[in-house]
Amino acid sequence: MTTTVPTGTRAAKNRARALHTFGAMMARDARVLRRTFVMSAVRIVIQPLLFVFVFAYVLPKVGGGGAGPGGEAFSTVMVPGLVGSSMVLQAMAAVTFPLVMELSGPGAIEDRALAPVSVRVLGLQKILSAVVEGLVAGLLVFPVVLLVHAQGHGPAVEVANWPMLVFVLLAGAVLAASIGMYLATRIDPRQIQVLFTLVMFPAMMLGCVYFRWTALESTPWLQYAVLLNPMVYMNEGLRAVLTPQIDSMPAWAFLTALLVGAVVFGWLAMRSFARRVLR
Amino acid sequence: MTGNLAIHADGLRKSYPGPGGEAEAVRGLGLSVAKGEFFGLLGPNGAGKSTTIGMLTTMVRPTAGRAEVCGLDVAADAVAVKRRIGVVAQDNTLDIELTVAENLEFRGRYFGLGRRDARARARDLLTLFGLFDRARARVFELSGGQLKRVMIARALVHRPDVLFLDEPTAGLDPRSRLHLWDVLRGLQAKGQTILLTTHHMEEAETLCDRLAVIDQGRVLACDSVRALRETVGAETVVTVVYEGGAFDLAAVRAMARADRVEATDGQVRVFAGDPDGVLSDLVALAAKAGLTVVDASQLAPSLETVFLTLTGREFRE
Ligand SMILES: Nc1ncnc2c1ncn2[C@@H]1O[C@H](COP(=O)(O)OP(=O)(O)OP(=O)(O)O)[C@@H](O)[C@H]1O
Ligand SMILES: [Mg+2]
Repeated sequence: MTTTVPTGTRAAKNRARALHTFGAMMARDARVLRRTFVMSAVRIVIQPLLFVFVFAYVLPKVGGGGAGPGGEAFSTVMVPGLVGSSMVLQAMAAVTFPLVMELSGPGAIEDRALAPVSVRVLGLQKILSAVVEGLVAGLLVFPVVLLVHAQGHGPAVEVANWPMLVFVLLAGAVLAASIGMYLATRIDPRQIQVLFTLVMFPAMMLGCVYFRWTALESTPWLQYAVLLNPMVYMNEGLRAVLTPQIDSMPAWAFLTALLVGAVVFGWLAMRSFARRVLR
Repeated sequence: MTGNLAIHADGLRKSYPGPGGEAEAVRGLGLSVAKGEFFGLLGPNGAGKSTTIGMLTTMVRPTAGRAEVCGLDVAADAVAVKRRIGVVAQDNTLDIELTVAENLEFRGRYFGLGRRDARARARDLLTLFGLFDRARARVFELSGGQLKRVMIARALVHRPDVLFLDEPTAGLDPRSRLHLWDVLRGLQAKGQTILLTTHHMEEAETLCDRLAVIDQGRVLACDSVRALRETVGAETVVTVVYEGGAFDLAAVRAMARADRVEATDGQVRVFAGDPDGVLSDLVALAAKAGLTVVDASQLAPSLETVFLTLTGREFRE
C-alpha cells in the first residue's frame, strides 16, 4: 500500500517544512534577544554615545576642536564609522559568543542540530540571525550619533544612494557574521578574551572609524595595512553613501571587498561549522 | 527486508583522529531493533555507546558501515531520520537561554507545530511528567532528576517513532532512578520503540526486552536478558585474588565442580554450574599453599557473569 508522491511535490513540501523550522529558530533568537534587549541596547550604545558626547559635544564646548583632518566636522566623520563598527562588532558577537558556548560543552549544539534541517540550514540561520542583530545595533546607534552634539557641530548626513546603502549594510553584516562564525569554530574557548584584545579592539581603533581612509594618504604603509581589516570596507561604504561630501575609498573597492569577503568567509564559516557540529 | 525494523545497523565503525593515530571508538557494530521493542546497549565506560547513539541519530558521521532508522539511511537521509527520532543525550543539551516550557515549545515549533499547538503540547507534557510547577524555571535551576525528565519530555514533543536514551539514569539517586524507570515503562506500554544505553546491570535487566552487551566498540552478545543469562552467563563465577606465591592450578582444575578455570597473575577464577563448596575449597587450597587471600567473591548467574564470561573482566560501576 505505497502511495507515490511526485518528487516535485515532496521537494516542495520539504522546503516548506525546512522554512518553518528556520522561522522557528529565528523566533527563538528573537525571544532571547527581546528578553535581554535593554541590557544589550545599553551595551551596544554606550561606547558610541560616549564618543560623540566627548568629541562632538564636550570638546567643541571647551574649545578643543571638533574638526577632522580635512576640515570637515568630526561628528560627520564619526557617523558612518560608529554605525558601521557597532554593526560589525554586534553581528560578530551575536554569532561568536553563543556558538563558542554551544561548541565547548558536550552536546549543547544538539538542541538545534537535532531539528529536522540540514547542518547548512542551521549555519545559515545563525548567520541571518546575527545579521539581524547587527542591523538592530546600527538602528540603535544611528540616532545617537546623529543627535548628540554641541550646537553648530552637528553631522551632515544624507542618503546618496539607497540601493548601495542596502547592499553595504547587508554585505557588511554577512561578512562580519561569517567571520564571527569562522572564529567561533576555530578558537579555543579559553581564548575568547584574547579575541577581544587582539581582534576586536585593534579592528575598532584601526577601522577607519574616527578618521576617513583617504586621510591616511600621508602614511601609505598604514593605508595599505588597514585594508586587512574587514571593518574598513563597511565604514568606508557607509561613508560614501551617508556623507558623500567627505572623501572615501573608491566605490568599486569597498563593493568588491564586501562581496568577495562575504562569499569567501561565508563559505569558510559554513564548512568549518559543519565539521564542528557533526563529529 | 528491514521494513519492520526500527533500527538496523551493519558494520558500523567510527574512528577519531587522535594524537597517537586513529582511535577506534566503534569497530564493526551491528544490531537490529524491532518496532515497539525496548532495546538496551550495555557496556562499560568507553565501550562506544554514545558514539553508536551519535551515529544512529545522525550527530556522528560513521567512518564505515551503514545504519537505518525506520528504513531511512542515517547518512543519506539525515533530515528525514531526525524527524522520526527523539534523543535524550548523556549530557545536558537543553537550551540554557530558555525556560523549561520554552524548551519544549520551541522544540515543537522546530518540528512543524504552530505556536499555539506547541504551547499546548508543552503544557501537556510538563503535566504528564510532573513538571508543571517548573514550567517557568530556567534550566540551571533544575535538579538532575528534573533535568532528565525535561529532556525526555522534550524528546517526545514531536511524537518520535524511536526514542534514544543515553544513560538516562546515570548520576540520579535511587528514588529518581525508580521514577524514571516507571516513566520509561509507561512509554513502552504505549508502544514506544526505545533504545537505551546503560552500564547499570539492574536497569538493563528490569527494562530491556533485548540487550546487546558491547565492549571496545563491538557487540559481544545480543539476546534477551533471560537467554543471555541461561546461555553465556549460566555459570556462577568464583574469584579469588591472592598474594605470596603461586596457586596449585592442577589441583584447582581437578576440583569436581570446576567447569572451567581461568588464571592470571594473582587471581584465579572458577566457572561452575553448581558452585556448592567451590569458594571454600579454593580458600583451603590457598591456605595449603601458604598464600594470602586478598579478595574472594562469588557471582551468581546474572548479567554480570555474562559480561565476565564474555570479556574476562569484571563489570564495576
Ligand atoms: N569526539 C571524540 N574525539 C575523540 N575520541 C572520542 C570522541 N568521542 C568519544 N571518543 C572515544 O571513543 C571511545 C568511546 O566513547 P563513547 O563516548 O562512545 O563511550 P561510552 O560507551 O558512551 O562511554 P561512557 O559510559 O563513559 O559514556 C572512548 O575511548 C572515547 O575516548
Ligand atoms: Mg557515553
